[in-house]
Amino acid sequence: MSASRPRTLFDKIWDSHVVERLPDGTCILYIDRHLLHEVTSPQAFEGLRMAGRKLRRPDCTIAVADHNIPTTDRRAGIKEEDSRIQVETLEKNVKEFGVPYIPILDVRQGIVHIIGPELGLSLPGTTIVCGDSHTSTHGALGALAFGIGTSEVEHVMATQTLLQNPAKNMQIDVSGTLGFGCSAKDIVLAIIGKITTAGGNGHVIEYTGDTIRALDMAGRCTVSNMSIEAGARAGLIAPDQTTFDYVRGREFAPKGEAFEQAVAYWKTLPTDPGAHYDTIVRLTTAEIAPMVTWGTTPGAVVPVTGVVPNPSDEPDEGKRAQLQRMLEYMALTPGQAMQDLPIDVVFIGSCTNGRIEDIRAAAAVAKGRRVADGVQALVVPGSGLVKRQAEEEGLDRVLLEAGFEWREPCCSMCLGMNPDKLTPGQRCASTSNRNFEGRQGPGGRTHLLSPAMAAAAAVTGRLTDVRQLV
Amino acid sequence: MEAFTTLTAIAAPMPMQNIDTDKIIPARFLKTIKRSGLGVHLFDPLRFDKDGNEKPDFVLNQEPYRKAQVIIAHENFGCGSSREHAPWALLDFGIRCIIAPDFADIFYNNSFKNGILPIRLPRAVCDQLIDDTKMGGNARVTVDLARQVVIRPNGEEISFDVDPFRKHSLLNGLDDIGQTLQHGAQIDGFEAKRRQSQPWMPATTA
Ligand code: SF4
Repeated sequence: MSASRPRTLFDKIWDSHVVERLPDGTCILYIDRHLLHEVTSPQAFEGLRMAGRKLRRPDCTIAVADHNIPTTDRRAGIKEEDSRIQVETLEKNVKEFGVPYIPILDVRQGIVHIIGPELGLSLPGTTIVCGDSHTSTHGALGALAFGIGTSEVEHVMATQTLLQNPAKNMQIDVSGTLGFGCSAKDIVLAIIGKITTAGGNGHVIEYTGDTIRALDMAGRCTVSNMSIEAGARAGLIAPDQTTFDYVRGREFAPKGEAFEQAVAYWKTLPTDPGAHYDTIVRLTTAEIAPMVTWGTTPGAVVPVTGVVPNPSDEPDEGKRAQLQRMLEYMALTPGQAMQDLPIDVVFIGSCTNGRIEDIRAAAAVAKGRRVADGVQALVVPGSGLVKRQAEEEGLDRVLLEAGFEWREPCCSMCLGMNPDKLTPGQRCASTSNRNFEGRQGPGGRTHLLSPAMAAAAAVTGRLTDVRQLV
Repeated sequence: MEAFTTLTAIAAPMPMQNIDTDKIIPARFLKTIKRSGLGVHLFDPLRFDKDGNEKPDFVLNQEPYRKAQVIIAHENFGCGSSREHAPWALLDFGIRCIIAPDFADIFYNNSFKNGILPIRLPRAVCDQLIDDTKMGGNARVTVDLARQVVIRPNGEEISFDVDPFRKHSLLNGLDDIGQTLQHGAQIDGFEAKRRQSQPWMPATTA
C-alpha cells in the first residue's frame, strides 16, 4: 500500500494491523486489546480447553464481570444461581488461563466499555475487541473497536488475531453549536433517526465536524457507543488534544517518555485531506433537539416536542406493518404527543450514559426537585470509580434527596439480566441504547433519551422537554 | 463445526424487518455456560405467551414449519447484540440457513462460524420464496452451497453470492482457529515488529 495515497483514520489503523492478506482478500487482523466479560466468554474458554489450546497473550487481555451482577449490596453475593455460576465460571477461567481480572469488589469494577477508557486500557490507534456489540464505544478515542461473537472471542484468545474483511468508510459530519438542553445522546439519536438502524451496515463510521470536536470524551463515548445501533461495525473519532489530555495519567496508559512517543504516533492518525469515504452524511445542529424514541428500534425517534408518527403515511407495506407493530407494543396512537406521556420507571446508567458527566447532568436537573409519585428512578453509575467520584462531588446526596435510588455499578436495567427489570406494560425513560421489545424485561416499554431528559421525566412523571426545567 | 453442503428442507416464512437478537433469544436466557440447549427459547417473545404457552399464530408453532431448517425473512435480520447465543439457538432448533435481503454484520459473521448459511437475496426474490413456503409440507427449498444456488420447489434456480473463504470453511466444516494458527510464524513476526515500532504499548498485566 503506497504511503502517499490519502487515507482515512480507519484505513490507517486497519493497515497497521494487517498481519497477512489472504488470497481472497480476507485479512488476519492483529488485536491489541481483548476485553472479556462473564456472558460471552465461558463457551470460548471451554473451546480452548477442549482443543488443548493456550490463551496466547494474557498481557493484552483483561476481564471484568458486569452484565449480571446485583446493583444492591455486593458483599451478600449473587442470589440468582445462573448469574452466580457465570461469574464464578469467569473467575475460575481467568485463574486457569492467567488473565488479569478486576474483581467485583474492586473500586475499578464497572461496565467494560466504561472502564476501558477510564483505566487507560483503550488507546488511540489500537484495535480493541470484546464479545459485546457496544465495544464501538472505545472508538471515541480513535481506536478501531468492535464487538465480536463468542467463536471470535475464542479465535482472539488462541491467536490474538481475527479474520476480517475490510469495511467501507462512512463519514458523519456534524456541524454547529449544540442547542440548549441538547447533549451527545441527542446527536447520536438524531443521526440514527436520519440514517436508520441499517444505515451503517458494512461501514465503519468516522464522526467529524466541529460539534463532535467540541464534545468531551464522555460525550464522544456516547456517540461512538451507539454506532452499532446504526448498523455500523464500529465508530471512530480522530484523536486530538482532548483525547491526549484524557488518556494522560490513567492507570494502564503509557507514562513519561513512552506517553510522549505514543502521542507523536497518535498525531499521525487523523484522516488525510482528500481521503475517500464511501458514504458521507451531513447533519447540522439545527436538526438536533432533545430527542426521545417512541418505537422499538433506536431509529424510531423524534424530538421530544414531536408526535408519534402515523403508519398510514408510510408507503412501504413491510415498513408500515413494522410501525404498526411498534405502536401496539408501545401502546401509543398515531399523532400522540411525546411530551406528557406518563412513565413508571427511570433508568440512568449503562455504557452509553453511565459516566460522571452523565450523572452530573442528571443531578443538575434533579437538584431541589422530587421524583414524581409512583415513579421508580434508578441511577446506576458505570463503574466504581464513577460512583466514588460522584460521591466525592455530593451528587449521590442530591439524587437521594430527590428520591432517586443510588446503586452499585453494572449493566443493570439496560438489559435486565440482573434483578433490575421492567414488569410487563411498564414504561421506562432510559439512558441506555436499545429499546427492543423486552430488552429491559419482558413486556417493558423503553424510551431512549439523554440523562438530563431522563431526570426531567423522573421529576415530572412524564416525558418532558428538559429545556422547560433548566 | 458441522459442514454445510446441500440442504433440502422446509422453509419457514418470517416476513418481518429487523428481527433483532432480543427477539431471537432474549437476554434472560443468556445465563448459560454452554452452547447447546437454547433451541427451546428460540424466538421466545414471538413463540410463547407470558405463561409459556405456544402462540398458535407464530409460524414455528405450526405444521409443517415446526421442522423448518430454513428461515426466510425481510431486511436487517439479526440486528442488535453480538451474542452468539442467537445462532446457537437457531442451530439448536435445527435452522441451518437464513435467507433475507440483508443481515446485521455481526450476526452474519457469527452464523458462518456456527455452520449456518446466511444468504442475501433481493427483497422481491425473498417474497417469492415466502410465497413458495405457503404451498404446504411438500414445498421444500434446496440450498446448494457448492454451486451457490437456491432451488425453488418448481425447480427454478436462483444464484447467490458468498465470500470464497467462508464458503470453503463452511463446505468443509473447518474451524477458523486451526486455519489461522497455520500462520503462527507471521503472527510472531508481526508481534516482534510491533514491539520495535510501538515500544510504548503497555500490558494489561501492570
Ligand atoms: S450497559 Fe447495556 S449495552 Fe452496555 S455493555 Fe452493558 S448490557 Fe451491553
